[in-house]
Amino acid sequence: MWDTALIGKEYAPFDAGVDTAQIAAFAASIGEDDPIYREEAAARAAGYPAIPAPLTFPFSLMMVAGQSFLVHADLDIPIPKTVHGEQWFDFHNNLYAGDVVTGQQKIADMFEKKGGALQFIITETRMDNQDGVHICDLRTSVVVLNN
Amino acid sequence: MTKLTYDQITIGDTLPPVEIGPVTREDIAAFARASGDPSPIHLDDEIARSSGLPGIIIHGMFNMAVLGRLLTDWAGQTRIKSFSNRFAAMAVPGDTITCRGKVADKSDLGGKNLVDLDIEAINQKGDVLLTGKAVIALS
Repeated sequence: MWDTALIGKEYAPFDAGVDTAQIAAFAASIGEDDPIYREEAAARAAGYPAIPAPLTFPFSLMMVAGQSFLVHADLDIPIPKTVHGEQWFDFHNNLYAGDVVTGQQKIADMFEKKGGALQFIITETRMDNQDGVHICDLRTSVVVLNN
Repeated sequence: MTKLTYDQITIGDTLPPVEIGPVTREDIAAFARASGDPSPIHLDDEIARSSGLPGIIIHGMFNMAVLGRLLTDWAGQTRIKSFSNRFAAMAVPGDTITCRGKVADKSDLGGKNLVDLDIEAINQKGDVLLTGKAVIALS
């Protein structure tokens, strides 16, 4: 049920490995043919220390780590009643194949519009790498479509 | 990687567009596997219809990932400071998605050379699928 007391709730931290094969498959699936996303030598030649993760790849790390629908379960909202309204990424440092990120998600805000016909849940997730370097912040708006 | 410099950039400059499509069901299934999102509304027409959709839809995060290519093609991966979009409309199999952007502002306040971009993704009918913003740091 809708309970704004959940604003500020922090979920347990999660770990997610950045897998070379998953980056290559992800890049291929979006039509990205730059070899830096599949060949270490090409990445190094382009000035990267390793194969970089595509920009929106951190969102997939959350998916694979089972983070994406925690708020739905908490609020008892069926996933098909919701849509992804907005997505934000702030990038602080680069993410590479072989990294292991630690992430933590929290509920940043909950509010209603149109007399409750639309409900918005804003989650924020910070990711750091294995060296404690702040990699990125994700902010996701989940919109609940009522009636 | 493109050698962009701050001084080269003028407000109103447009980015080379990125186009993908027509996006097939196989493309959607491949993204579902690669991105870790096997939600049935992207894979199963019957379940998609029972959710009130005309049939399966392309992942919004697929569209956003392609919009990300607009940024990395132009500026390279390491210069992108922020990237966001609103999911304005859904895309379906057979759609061709075109991503485009333009320089909305630039600022060197505080010794940081930042370029603000307005970006969007549209389908072949001109419907806006995504509307967003990005900030790029240049030397």
